[in-house]
Amino acid sequence: MTDAATLFGLCAAALVGLGVYALIVNPQPLRKILAFNVVGNGVFVLFGAVAHRGAALGWGGDPVPQALLITGLVVAFSASALAIAVLLRLFDETGSATVASDPPEKPDADAGKA
Amino acid sequence: MIEAFNGALALLVLVLAIWTVVARDTFAAAVGFVAYGMLLTLVWVQLQGIDVALIEGAIGGGLTGAMLIAAASRLRPTEAAARAERPGLPTRLAAALVAACVAAALAVAVLALPDPAPTLARETADNMAATGVGNPITGVLLAFRAMDTLLEAIVVLFAMIGVWALAPDRAWGGRPGRLHRADPDGILAYLARVLPPIGIVVAVYIFWIGADLPGGKFQGASILAAMWLLAAMAGLADAPPVSRTSLRVALIAGPVVFIAIGAAGVWTAGAFLAYPDGLAKPLIKVIEWALLPSLALTLALILAGAPERPAR
Amino acid sequence: MTTTPGGLLLVAAVLVPFVGVLAGFALGGRNAQRAATLTILAGVGIAIAIVAAMARSDDDLVYLLGGWAPPLGIALRADGLALVMIPAIAVVILGIGVYARADFATPPGVREARAPLVFWTLLLAIWGSLNLVFVSGDLFTLYVALELLTFAAVPLVSLDGKAETLRAALRYLLYALLGSVFYLLGAVLLYGAYGTLDIRLLAEQVRPEPAALAAAALMTVGLLAKTALFPLHLWLPPAHAGAPPAASAVLSGLVIKGSWFLVVRIWFDVFPGLVTAPSAQLLAAFGAAAILVGNVVALRQERLKLLVAYSTVAQIGYLFLMFPLAFDAGTATLERGGALAGGMLQAISHATAKAAMFMAAGLVYRALGHDRIAGFAGIGRALPVSVLTFALAGLALMGLPPSGAFAAKKLLLDAAGASGQWWWEVVLDVGGLLTASYVVLVLAHALSPAAEPVKPRAPVSRLAEMAALALAICSLALGLAALGPAPLDALPNPLDPKEFGSALAVLAGGAVLALALGLRLPPLPAGDAAVAGVRRATVAIGAAFVRADGVLRQWPVAGLALMAAAIAFGAALLARA
Repeated sequence: MTDAATLFGLCAAALVGLGVYALIVNPQPLRKILAFNVVGNGVFVLFGAVAHRGAALGWGGDPVPQALLITGLVVAFSASALAIAVLLRLFDETGSATVASDPPEKPDADAGKA
Repeated sequence: MIEAFNGALALLVLVLAIWTVVARDTFAAAVGFVAYGMLLTLVWVQLQGIDVALIEGAIGGGLTGAMLIAAASRLRPTEAAARAERPGLPTRLAAALVAACVAAALAVAVLALPDPAPTLARETADNMAATGVGNPITGVLLAFRAMDTLLEAIVVLFAMIGVWALAPDRAWGGRPGRLHRADPDGILAYLARVLPPIGIVVAVYIFWIGADLPGGKFQGASILAAMWLLAAMAGLADAPPVSRTSLRVALIAGPVVFIAIGAAGVWTAGAFLAYPDGLAKPLIKVIEWALLPSLALTLALILAGAPERPAR
Repeated sequence: MTTTPGGLLLVAAVLVPFVGVLAGFALGGRNAQRAATLTILAGVGIAIAIVAAMARSDDDLVYLLGGWAPPLGIALRADGLALVMIPAIAVVILGIGVYARADFATPPGVREARAPLVFWTLLLAIWGSLNLVFVSGDLFTLYVALELLTFAAVPLVSLDGKAETLRAALRYLLYALLGSVFYLLGAVLLYGAYGTLDIRLLAEQVRPEPAALAAAALMTVGLLAKTALFPLHLWLPPAHAGAPPAASAVLSGLVIKGSWFLVVRIWFDVFPGLVTAPSAQLLAAFGAAAILVGNVVALRQERLKLLVAYSTVAQIGYLFLMFPLAFDAGTATLERGGALAGGMLQAISHATAKAAMFMAAGLVYRALGHDRIAGFAGIGRALPVSVLTFALAGLALMGLPPSGAFAAKKLLLDAAGASGQWWWEVVLDVGGLLTASYVVLVLAHALSPAAEPVKPRAPVSRLAEMAALALAICSLALGLAALGPAPLDALPNPLDPKEFGSALAVLAGGAVLALALGLRLPPLPAGDAAVAGVRRATVAIGAAFVRADGVLRQWPVAGLALMAAAIAFGAALLARA
């Protein structure tokens, strides 16, 4: 029993690392949302591994974390949906999809004033 | 044998996750994500969390995947510009380094978790009799930690309001999303006519047995939302205009019933969200019946998007 | 653990705003604003009742939801920290609710408009979520509260639908989601190690083990990302500057306090024994950097709303200075004492003052049609109340007596002196000078006479002006609580004459800094080449700060900074003396 939990727990740690890398490196916001989902799934799988380690009384896992996981999955879905909606609206407004900062305002010309 | 299967599954999950990270084309990455979601469902089965597997399959792989693929195809024109923005090698190396550090620290923490693991299974079992349901997860969701479920229904509603807030002013009050058209003789229209009735029966069944076996309203609601999405994609159904009061009342009905029963518990059972003796199971059923349509509607409307077409 | 009398008020504090959201949303149209008005009145009443209930009893208010006790159930708990925050937030919401009546009234002839419906429902949503953050005693419920707060705050950023605000909203949402997922990861690790998510029960069991240390680092950094503590502040300036003024007041004054409060909660209540001196100093070091960079970049801004947003970046830094000052080296734990009181007082002073400042900036924008500081000449005569509000809010932020920030600063300075951490005393004093500089700058422009009298383009609501002024006065008068009932006599006396001397010194120092670093000043009389040279040098320094801030606010850099901060905190927590 604990072997499966440890294996998937380590898998979850790797997923979190992968998602974090993708979140920093990929410029497209949609890829960032994908990466956020990968990180989120890593956290959820870790929670599931923790639940499995708490198996007792004939149940396959500790029911409290499993119940919280269901809540967490629905919240993560709503978060992705909201992010995609903002992204698509940004695309409709500007034709481009990026979170890069707007170009800085032109440098002021008061170096001459003394 | 089982260890080998689990090992192969974990490896495959990681490979697909790497694919979604490094794939050149965003559309391909989104498709890979759907496959990855399906594999995660298997992971849940192996971790013996069947309820979670059901939700992961419906929402994590299914609805999220549909959303991502639709967005990826709409955002195709931005690929070239985005590729030009890719950070250089030093940034990518730094990112890989910090990501590896974080993953390593997590791995150490995972391996250092105590053995025997602390668990609340015994406490849950001791108190299940008071709730009258057989599925311990339903007991946790609707009795012991009912507040989290109530807040979760409200969170989903807030996300929907946030999506609606993105509408342009001229389209406010109108119908969400675009009107889809599909070939009436094509496979999509055929599936959209055949699958939803089956899907609705399956959804209601999963919802009904959730009291004693794996299942419940979240799983049922997501399948209902998915069936609506299928019909909408084939042009057989359209979202109602957001200004319609009956729609709004249907959306809040679930949380309102939940809050009302919770408030009644203050007088009848001594605490907010407490159930009087013997009435726990019927009240839980009432809450679930009220939440199922509200939740399904909210999830479906989140998928539909912001109002884009002025109401007729 | 049992429910105490008056505990039901905690449930009401959370649910009454949410019921208001549901009612206003379903009834639609103008009913959203009516529901908001009723709910605000009810909510203020509940806040007063909570304060009264806590004054009557010595213990915290506790409520067991469903009658189930932790670790199986969820407990709501209101302690001294919640006692400070709940009424303060209620007062600010009241002020914003009055102010926004002008901006977000449904126009006549229209059954329902988008912006008013969204604003009123989300205002109540933020309020309920904040109350939940203050009273929840369970880490997972707090995660749901954080998500509630984010989902309610993000649409307010892009309420006007323009492209820049949409981009700012997307950036905010993505960074905030990363923050909450890190927080959840920490909570998962804690459950895996200790089998409970209740704060009280965890506090008894947490030990310096890998799982707990990783959880502390991850949760802290996730919350810092949501609070926009430098260098994780990439999303804040465009988001708060681009939102409508009433929304900016909510975002800067209130939403940020939610995730900050959680840092305080987990450091003082879950991990007090886990905290090490290096980790506390690291947290305050980020705060000091925020104060320095935020204030200098604020001084270089051309637009008032961006100046106020960068001022928020700086003021957030103040909120984190209390951690090393509360750290007791002898017992190696965080103690609840003068430093914590100073930090809480700083938070509520900032909430009121910053909300008032954004409201004043909004009124000026409405009247002039722009918010370029260089064009403010003459508004002192045209909009006297708004300029006065800005001045009072600025004085309150600077920490001049008798404001709450002054009392907070004194408490923190006392703690710094007592523990010998003189470097934080320097930071506090320099911060006051820098804040003074841009307040002086804006007022100098606003009070300078214009060639011809300024005519407001659009009428400015008197009610809105009064609401803003009232909040500014609240912030300025918070220090007077020291003259009130006995339990608060730990606060310094604000009417002490020698404080006025140092107040004048702060103002003078601020003026000097404004001359050295600011933009677009009226030209000085033709003078020394040396003076011109000095000014060129200082302006170059200021421009360098702005460039550095620009680099830090790019996504890859900010993402790397987030991860590096997590690793740094992990390392700092491992360094046990």
